[in-house]
Amino acid sequence: MTGLSPNAVWVLCSTLILGTASGIIGCFAYWKRQSLMSDALSHAALPGVIIGFVLVGEKHLPVMIGGAAISALVGAWFIHLIRSSSRIKEDAAMGIILSVFFGFGIMLLSLVNRMAGAGQSGLDSFIFGQAAAMVVKDVRVMSGLALFVLLIALLAYKEWKLHLFDPAFAQGLGLSNRFMNSVYLMCLVLVIVIGIQAVGVILMAALLIIPAVSARYWTHSFGWMLILSALFGGGSGAIGTLLSVYGKGWPTGPFIVISAACLFLISLTLGSSKGLIIMAIQQYRQRRLLHQPRIREQSAMERGRSA
Amino acid sequence: MSYAGWIILTASLVGISCGIVGSLLLLRRMAMMADAISHTVLLGIVTAYLLTRELSGVHMLIGAVIAGLLTALLVQWLHSMGVQQEASIGVVFTSLFAIGVVLIATRVGNAHLDVQHTLMGEITFIPWERVELPWGADIPEAVLMLSIVLVVILAVVIGLYKEWKITAFDPALAASLGLPVTLLHYVFVSMVSVTTVASFDAVGAILVVAMLITPAASAYLWTDRLAVMMALSGLFGILSAISGYSIAVWLDTSISGSMAFATGLVFLLSLIASPRHGLVARLLRPSVPPSP
Repeated sequence: MTGLSPNAVWVLCSTLILGTASGIIGCFAYWKRQSLMSDALSHAALPGVIIGFVLVGEKHLPVMIGGAAISALVGAWFIHLIRSSSRIKEDAAMGIILSVFFGFGIMLLSLVNRMAGAGQSGLDSFIFGQAAAMVVKDVRVMSGLALFVLLIALLAYKEWKLHLFDPAFAQGLGLSNRFMNSVYLMCLVLVIVIGIQAVGVILMAALLIIPAVSARYWTHSFGWMLILSALFGGGSGAIGTLLSVYGKGWPTGPFIVISAACLFLISLTLGSSKGLIIMAIQQYRQRRLLHQPRIREQSAMERGRSA
Repeated sequence: MSYAGWIILTASLVGISCGIVGSLLLLRRMAMMADAISHTVLLGIVTAYLLTRELSGVHMLIGAVIAGLLTALLVQWLHSMGVQQEASIGVVFTSLFAIGVVLIATRVGNAHLDVQHTLMGEITFIPWERVELPWGADIPEAVLMLSIVLVVILAVVIGLYKEWKITAFDPALAASLGLPVTLLHYVFVSMVSVTTVASFDAVGAILVVAMLITPAASAYLWTDRLAVMMALSGLFGILSAISGYSIAVWLDTSISGSMAFATGLVFLLSLIASPRHGLVARLLRPSVPPSP
């Protein structure tokens, strides 16, 4: 591609793979009805990123990803604890964890930013994502982890399908729900933590939610939904990165999300199984079907009256 | 009044307004809706700024209310199209927020408005941006605006207290009694938007979400009465503002971040020590609940 530095090509590849992985995990989240969980967990990852940075003293992606994963898991555990041991509902629990962890992250961030040399660390870019700030080493770590998640999702396709649609039956067949839930949470957290560098903690949830919802408009089959969602996710990752690379210092995350939102709008109107146009045509047909017999009935009644 | 005094007063006003609105929010199970609105309000503010080229309070309030209502309408519409409630919230607010951020990054950049500011607020500068009141006293602009918003919210909540209570606890009953449930829903959404935007400029989006949900959730663990819950959650808001400010001064760090963190501490304390719903009370209680 012309006008792209080798680094930009690497970055493009990584957001492509990231988008694909998050599209697939997003489908799982959609069917678990936990779309907003990804939002809470990505916000909750911020303190971990910063603590990871402080521990090493420089920007070292694997440690920061590890920190992010731990703090997201702590957040998930807290949400579970609040929900199961008090009368507060899950949505409020997510809101609490999201805002408190993020506030804590901001607190740490402004502490760390005062330290010498930390100003150049690019920690701020974790909030809105700055894919251009990634180096080849980061890209390798990211892509490797994303491929790992993809592999888990694809190898255990049958098990996922069973677990998502009929957990009780799955349990009966000997597929432990607990185990699948843990694997799911691990995949979700992995996708989130590798995504926050490129997309940012605030908008990472969009990459998990929007492709899955868009794919839902095209098909009723779970397999196709996964494939489409992966395509949408990968596509919006790539398009968004391209757009932000051409601007000067523009944040990547928002552009990726806007690309995803455009794909969503297209799916919403044109989608071949639940799209607006298809629905309108179906409704029109139904209405005509409904009207015809009624006319006949009416005329029969009128005939009876006149007789 | 001293510098610290003004800051704590500002944050406390935010805490009280958010505590009252947040209690209703929690009971209506709209906690994540508040998160969504606090993000999309950004788009409203940016659009208002692009249209009028000024950052006055009134324009921003109108823009924010429109953005908040738009969010609620879109979420409702998508939900009626067969998308799960959660997923539709996720789609709507991330998209609108992204548009807001891109507008700021590409068109408004370097102006008074920047993303960092909207997220974390500029509470440090509040005491210096003053307005003159008719009777001569000068107070910070944000304090004036937050006081007006608080009065409006108090008026709406107290004036329609019965209606809020019944729609929060039993919307079906409310509808069967002939109450305009949908209208009340949108009035409530506007209230959340107004609270959010008034607090937004002062303390940033993070603290708004924290102040809306967390103190109300803490209060919910202490009491079963709506009025007491509102009062308590306002009180917890003030408590978090004061302790958050002390933490921020002690560590020399972000004030709104620390206040958000402090709301979490208050919640943790409530979760552990609340007499009826706390973890300790649960442990001490006999495992078989006594028959009533």
